[in-house]
Amino acid sequence: MNRVVVTGMGIVSPNAINLNAFRQALCEGRSGIAHCPQMKELGFACQVGGIPPVSDQTVQEYMGPEMNRNSNASMKYAVIASVDCWRDSGLPLRGTDSSPDWDTAAIIGTCAGGADTVAELVGPETNAGRVRRLGSSAAERSMASCGSACVGGLLGLGGQVTTNSSACATGTEAIINGYWMIREGRSERVLAGSSEPASIYTWATLDALRVATRQSNDQPQAACRPLSASAAGLVPAGGAGIIMLESLSSAESRKARIYAEVLGGYSNSGGQRNGGSITAANPESVQRCVRKSLEVAKVPPEEIDYINGHLTGTEGDVKEIRSLSAALGRKLADMPWVNATKSLIGHGIGAAGSMECVATLLQLANGFLHPSLNCDDFHPEIAALEPRVPKTSIPFQGRTALKTSFGFGDVNACVIFRRWE
Amino acid sequence: MNRDQVRTAFFELIKSYVRIQNPVISESSMLIDDLKVNSTRFVDIILETEDRFKISISDEEMDRFDRVGDAIDFICEKTVAAA
Repeated sequence: MNRVVVTGMGIVSPNAINLNAFRQALCEGRSGIAHCPQMKELGFACQVGGIPPVSDQTVQEYMGPEMNRNSNASMKYAVIASVDCWRDSGLPLRGTDSSPDWDTAAIIGTCAGGADTVAELVGPETNAGRVRRLGSSAAERSMASCGSACVGGLLGLGGQVTTNSSACATGTEAIINGYWMIREGRSERVLAGSSEPASIYTWATLDALRVATRQSNDQPQAACRPLSASAAGLVPAGGAGIIMLESLSSAESRKARIYAEVLGGYSNSGGQRNGGSITAANPESVQRCVRKSLEVAKVPPEEIDYINGHLTGTEGDVKEIRSLSAALGRKLADMPWVNATKSLIGHGIGAAGSMECVATLLQLANGFLHPSLNCDDFHPEIAALEPRVPKTSIPFQGRTALKTSFGFGDVNACVIFRRWE
Repeated sequence: MNRDQVRTAFFELIKSYVRIQNPVISESSMLIDDLKVNSTRFVDIILETEDRFKISISDEEMDRFDRVGDAIDFICEKTVAAA
């Protein structure tokens, strides 16, 4: 069984585009949440969101005019994060006349990557009887695998190129799936992660469900409040996070810089039983997912130094913390450090897990933990955890991090990273 | 529009679809074989031509767009017919 390491990363997030800017934004605790005038105009109850500041000029630099014209936001975010990840891993970009890179696969997930295209183009034109006016790219922009297909073509990937989708667990699940591909010798490298458009159509469904906050429209940066007594709902966001997973032997043979080792991970479901539902996690399955991750990684619970939680700023936060505490067999006061990247960048839905894995890896590699914003009024039911949650950026010399992600459908994904030394 | 005007406008229209460095576009150029236009995008050239010259082009007539000069002749015929 191959050991799996991380040799590159790329990010498109609401508070920064590219790795160095994201590291800086995390370190400074800079929020990427802003007022969204379009949501107000359209009568959303929640009028704040996390929209990555991607300019058309930036997109052109990465994909050229033809691909730009034929891409949606999910594809653009996926390409920017993937190309940055590719460069960061030290691999040369391949020309269009080169043969495919047979040794690299891609798993780039999404929750609803083509939603904008369907809502803005396919639906209206089809309903108006103008199917022949859809254009050539309607198909590739509508399909769930729009992001992975676009990246696969641009980088000339010759391994399996696919898209997974498991709601808000998507990004972390992609990384776990990529880990297994390399572990089992099915690929030398896997570009793994996810991409999600900052789509008002996806956000509308969350607003309709009353799970998005509606109490901080005049204070966007205070809107996302994980672990807080006044947490009032999630803040929708978009973005992409991509990491280069690689077999240790491949990384060593090309003398690649290594950020961390992926020690193991696990995905499961709670079957929408015992407290689980389409929108809520079955606590037993969350605990099982964490324990199985530890088992796969061969890491005892006491060696977990830091948890990057799913922590959305909803009532699920308290349940998550209780489940983590039970799974690790550690009392709240004895828990690892815990922070919530969503407090800075909102809930990236299908991209949440991958953006937060990038945040986790950057913190491990650079020896700091970012502040968990907006939890000064810590939730009283988990008060004993408060000293374990950094409210300012702090130095961190821990080695081992657990990343948790949970999604609609009662699905879970947990992955364990260890800093490379 | 006279033929020269159609020619200039059509050359401009296809420019963003051409996928070769420093292309020399002539009336004898084949869109896919010579100018390396992505065959998937061929339908977008047809739609853009419809919009630009205010004509309609049936699926059967798309064959007239293989060669640049033939496409220009076709557009001229259609615009005259439309007038």
